[in-house]
Amino acid sequence: MSGEVILQARGLVKRFGRVVALDHADFELKAGEVLAVIGDNGAGKSTLIKTLSGAMIPDEGEILLEGRKAQFNSPMAARAAGIETVYQNLALSPALSIADNMFMGREIRRSGVMGKVFRALDKRTMDKLARDKLSELGLMTIQNIRQPVETLSGGQRQGVAVARAAAFGSRVVILDEPTAALGVKESRKVLDLILGLRERGLPVVLISHNMPHVFEVADRIHIHRLGRRAALIKPNEYSMSDAVAIMTGAMTPNAGAG
Amino acid sequence: MSKTESSKQSYEGVLAGSSAEVAQFIPERRSVLKSIQHALHVNPALIPLFILIGSVMGFGLLLGGRFFSPFSLTLILQQVAIVGVVAAAQSLVILTKGIDLSVGAIMVLSSVVMGQFTFRYGFPAELAILCGFAVGALCGLINGVLVAVVKLPPFIVTLGMWQIVLASNFLYSRNETIRSQDIQAQAPALQFFGESLRFGGAVLTFGVIAMVVLVGVLSYVLSNTAWGRHVYAVGDDAEAAQLAGVRVKRTLISVYVLSGLICALAGWVLIGRIGSVSPTAGQFTNIESITAVVIGGISLFGGRGSILGALFGALIVGVFGLGLRLMGTDPQWTYLMIGVLIILAVALDQWIRRISA
Repeated sequence: MSGEVILQARGLVKRFGRVVALDHADFELKAGEVLAVIGDNGAGKSTLIKTLSGAMIPDEGEILLEGRKAQFNSPMAARAAGIETVYQNLALSPALSIADNMFMGREIRRSGVMGKVFRALDKRTMDKLARDKLSELGLMTIQNIRQPVETLSGGQRQGVAVARAAAFGSRVVILDEPTAALGVKESRKVLDLILGLRERGLPVVLISHNMPHVFEVADRIHIHRLGRRAALIKPNEYSMSDAVAIMTGAMTPNAGAG
Repeated sequence: MSKTESSKQSYEGVLAGSSAEVAQFIPERRSVLKSIQHALHVNPALIPLFILIGSVMGFGLLLGGRFFSPFSLTLILQQVAIVGVVAAAQSLVILTKGIDLSVGAIMVLSSVVMGQFTFRYGFPAELAILCGFAVGALCGLINGVLVAVVKLPPFIVTLGMWQIVLASNFLYSRNETIRSQDIQAQAPALQFFGESLRFGGAVLTFGVIAMVVLVGVLSYVLSNTAWGRHVYAVGDDAEAAQLAGVRVKRTLISVYVLSGLICALAGWVLIGRIGSVSPTAGQFTNIESITAVVIGGISLFGGRGSILGALFGALIVGVFGLGLRLMGTDPQWTYLMIGVLIILAVALDQWIRRISA
C-alpha cells in the first residue's frame, strides 16, 4: 500500500487532570487501506479515536485531512468532512425504524412547498436509499425497512450501523470494536463488510481487541502504548505474539513507523 | 485475504460448510398474539382508540339518547379541551423521557398575565395575550435550560418550577379574580376560545377546535419532520442520538419552550371556558394531563407513543366522567375507573416493550 495519506495526526496530546491519555501521539491512514488500531486497555486508543472523530478536542497537536489542517469540534464537524464513525454502542435508536436511524441527523426533506414550508420529510426516498445501501452491502433481504431496530439481532444492528457509515462516509470510516459483541459467524460477516468497504476505495480504521481479526483484514497495524504510537507494522512481517509483545512493552519495535 | 487466512489462521475453515446467512431480515412467521403485539408496537394509539370507541358505545347502549346525543358528545369535548391542550404539551415532554409538573401552573400564570396586563396596565387585549405567550415560553425556556444544559432531572426541575410559578401567580395577581362580565365588556378577545359553532344540538367551542387542530399539527410534525424524529430519538437514547448527529440540547430546550407556549394557549382557552381570569383555576390540570398521556399509551420512559393517544386518553377520561355522572353514580367511581386504566395502560406498555429480541 503506497497510497497517499488521507488522515494524519501529529503530536496529539490530551490530558484529563493529571492523567495523560495521549502523549504526543501520531497517526497515519493511507488511501484504500484497512488500518487496525490495537492497544492494551488504558493505552489511549479510544481517546485517539475520539479526537479523530470529533467527539473530543485534543489539547495539543494537529490533525490533517488530505494534507490540510482540520479541526473537529464535534462529531458533526468530522462527519461533514467525510469521516464516519461506528461507535461501539452503535448509536442507534431502538424504537425507531431502520430508515429513520440511517438518516438520523441528516434527513432528506421533500422538494417544493411541502418540504420548504411544512418541512415534510421525503420518506420514500430515504426508505429507498436505505434499502439500496443495505442490499449493496449484501445485508438484504430486508422486507421492511420501517421495522424498529430493536427487533433486529446484534449482527443486523451492526449491519445497519456500518451501512449508515458507508452510506455517508466519503473519506474515512472508523469502526470501534465492531465484532466485540458478535458471534463467530456474525463477526465474519462484519469482516467481509470491512473488506467490501476497502474494495470500494474507502479507507477503514478498525479498533479491535481481536488479534486474529486484526491480522486477517488489516493492511497495517497501529500499536498504541502509553498514550502514543509504539509501532506501525505490517501484519505479514510480524507475528501476533510480536504485536502483543509490542503492545504490552515486552518487546521494542525496530522502527517507529512502517 | 484468503491467502492470509490459509497460511495463518485457518481456525474458521470449519465454517465453510455452515450457513453464511447472518444479517437477514426475513420476518419470522408470527403467532396471532405476536402480530397483535407488533401492531400495537407500531401504532401505540390503537388501544386507547379501541377503549374510547368501546366506552362511547357502552355508555350509548346503557344511557341511550341521553348520552348518545350531539349535545352530550360535544359537551365531553368542551370539558376535555383544556386538559387535551395541556396533554399535548405534556406528551412532547414525556416523549423526550422527561416530565413536566409545571404545565398547570404555567397555564394559570399565562392566563393571569393575559388578564392583568389588560386590566391593570391597560394593554390592548391582543398585546396582553402575546405577553401571556411570552411568559409561557420563558417558563418553558427556564425548564429546558435547567434540564438540557445544567442536566438536572426533569422531575425535580419542574417540581420546583411548579411551586415557583404558582407562587408567582398568586403574588402577582394578589389573588384577584377578573370578573367575566368585565372581560366581556372590555376585552372580549380574551374569551375568544369560548365562542362556538353550533350545528343542531352540537356545540363546538373554538377551544375544542383549537385542541383538535393543535393535536393534528403536532401529530404531523412529530412523524413527518426531522425535528419530530429527533424528539423521539432523544427520548429513546439521548447518547445515541447525540452521536448520530442530533443536537440533543437544542431539541430538548425547544421541546420545553414549545410546551410552555402550548400551556399559554391552554391559559387562553381556560379564560374562554370559565369566562373569568382566576389564579386558582385549573389546579388539577397537571395530574390530569399526565393521566391522559399515560392512558393514551405514551411511554413514561420516553421515545414511544403517539400524540393522538394523549387526545384519546383525555377523551376516555371525559367519556367516563360524563357517562358515570349521567348514570347517577358516585363520582368516586370515575376516579376508581381512571386509576384502573392508568395501571392497565402502563402494564400494557411494559408488555409491548418486551417485543425486542
